[in-house]
Amino acid sequence: MKTLAKHREIWLALVIVVLVILVTLRFPRFSQPGNLLTIFNDTSILMMLALGQMTVILTRSIDLSMASNLALTGMIVAMTNAAFPGVPIPLLIAGCVVVGAGLGAFNGLLVWKLNIPPIVVTLGTLTIFRGMVFVISGGAWVNAAQMSPDFIALQRGAFLGLPILSWFAIVVAVLFFILMTRTPLGRALYAIGVNPTASVYTGINVGRTKFLAFTIAGAVSGLCGYLWISRYVIASVEVAGGYELTIIAACVIGGISIAGGIGTVAGALLGALFLGVINNALPVINISPFWQMAISGTAILLAVVLNARGERRQGRVILKRAEA
Amino acid sequence: MTDTPHRHLPDRLDNPLKSAILSWESLLVLVAVAIFIVNSFSSPYFLNAWSLSDLTFNFTEKALIALAMALLIISGEIDLSVAAIIALASTLMGFALQYGADTPVLVAIGIGTGIACGAFNGFLVTGLKLPSIVVTIGTMSLFRGISFIILGDQSFKGYPASFAWFGQGYVFWVISFELVLFAVAALVFYVLLHRTNFGRRVYAIGNNDVAAKFSGVRVERVKFILFCLTGLMSGMAAVLLTARLGSTRPSIAEGWELEAITMVVLGGVSILGGAGTIIGVVLAALIMGLVTFGLGLLNVPGIVMSIFIGALLIIVIALPILYRQLRSRR
Repeated sequence: MKTLAKHREIWLALVIVVLVILVTLRFPRFSQPGNLLTIFNDTSILMMLALGQMTVILTRSIDLSMASNLALTGMIVAMTNAAFPGVPIPLLIAGCVVVGAGLGAFNGLLVWKLNIPPIVVTLGTLTIFRGMVFVISGGAWVNAAQMSPDFIALQRGAFLGLPILSWFAIVVAVLFFILMTRTPLGRALYAIGVNPTASVYTGINVGRTKFLAFTIAGAVSGLCGYLWISRYVIASVEVAGGYELTIIAACVIGGISIAGGIGTVAGALLGALFLGVINNALPVINISPFWQMAISGTAILLAVVLNARGERRQGRVILKRAEA
Repeated sequence: MTDTPHRHLPDRLDNPLKSAILSWESLLVLVAVAIFIVNSFSSPYFLNAWSLSDLTFNFTEKALIALAMALLIISGEIDLSVAAIIALASTLMGFALQYGADTPVLVAIGIGTGIACGAFNGFLVTGLKLPSIVVTIGTMSLFRGISFIILGDQSFKGYPASFAWFGQGYVFWVISFELVLFAVAALVFYVLLHRTNFGRRVYAIGNNDVAAKFSGVRVERVKFILFCLTGLMSGMAAVLLTARLGSTRPSIAEGWELEAITMVVLGGVSILGGAGTIIGVVLAALIMGLVTFGLGLLNVPGIVMSIFIGALLIIVIALPILYRQLRSRR
């Protein structure tokens, strides 16, 4: 039981299960497999973004520009598709990942080479990327009629009974699991978060690792740019406005410490899923969607209070402050 | 959250005149003057008392928040919920209006809501020892969320004329009430930060809160007061903005937290805490007002202006670092 209490992912999973059961009591069809899969599919994009954000947060950084990056790459891919409908979709997706990674690398370079605090860099690029969407599109929308049928259909197709969008999330999650637990880069990300000074002495290039973390987060944002646009079939300046904080909220609820070094792939996925379940449950139990924001705010506060209890190790905190 | 950067310790201090000329604030003055001149050349409508007066409405409300936010950031904390506090305060004012509240009551509710929200943030950060960035991301959703619950897709309208004066009235000729209030607030915050023991404590906490604690500074209490102050200024901004717009929607002041923080950082306040001046913040507010107003006169859309603001933020911070790097490489 004591080891169980240590695993906040298990607790979060339990909370989600209880939530689903409570909703099911009032609305039995909520927990039908088909509906649960819909919730998973609806949450896929948030899950991937949360994994990208986690990579950055682990290194004691933060990326506020992910939603703007998503909107910008989304607009670029939508305009490309509208102008050249013949370009094969896999190529477009690869292009999205590259463009997104490039935007993320720009953040990363400023953090690495100029040592500007990540919150300042991404606060700036948050507005710059979003503004660029307006500049390249002239404020116009790209709508469903302008997109090629393949562009819209790809993620809606099914494979082994699951929508392709869900498969994207699953593959990305597996890749991140391998990255975090089986590669030197993954270990470096955690090491930097736990103790940057000590990681320098173990031969980790702190700046370069942060740069890679931002690039990875950017690549994920870019991929989600295509997925978001083809899912909601509209590309505009307002796409995913304010979503950067939802991504961070998913991470916080998933037990990823904003102080760095703590967090798991499962946590990020469950944090996103928690928000997804709430979003899907509200209309079902007849609560106005206007409640959504206040509920996720309360969830963030509760999560951070509970997480802080698990993380509080007074002796270490003082040492950490002293060496900083 | 971020690493403490390498602090540069000079062998001997520069003489006061030289350091004053090379200071961040004088760079900001230069930038402000340059933008002012560019503006006057690029638009014939710029150099006009009423134009310049309109210009001030661009930044006074945000700058009020930035003043308090500067102290908070110097102490090593941050408040991302300020815009949400405006939304909640404005919504509660509108709510009271429906029950016939008059102007003094409306103002009291606006400012009271601000202080209460700030105290709530302060309690979570200092009482429960939680990181302020996460707490205020949470309360940001919570405060604005409550506005959405109360208002949904509706809006409150019909504020009395005596209330509208706070956002639209002029004290003397082209000098608006908002500008006077901002000037007074800037003076108060200048004295508070640079001329009182409290101000010294804020710097001490930002530089090393453990050392500050051991020197007898009640770190938690100071931080709590700073959160309340930030709430108070957000409440004031809510009164001004609501009075100026004459209506309340739950999406009011969206994105202002980032603009207020941009002002603070642009003003030379270290995002890592421990350094910064009120004069810098006031100058940064003026620069942002000049940039957005000047671009507005040239019919540049708001979203494109935000590119300039974002680029300004990064460039202004990156340039001195680049300069230092190039000099040390030589």
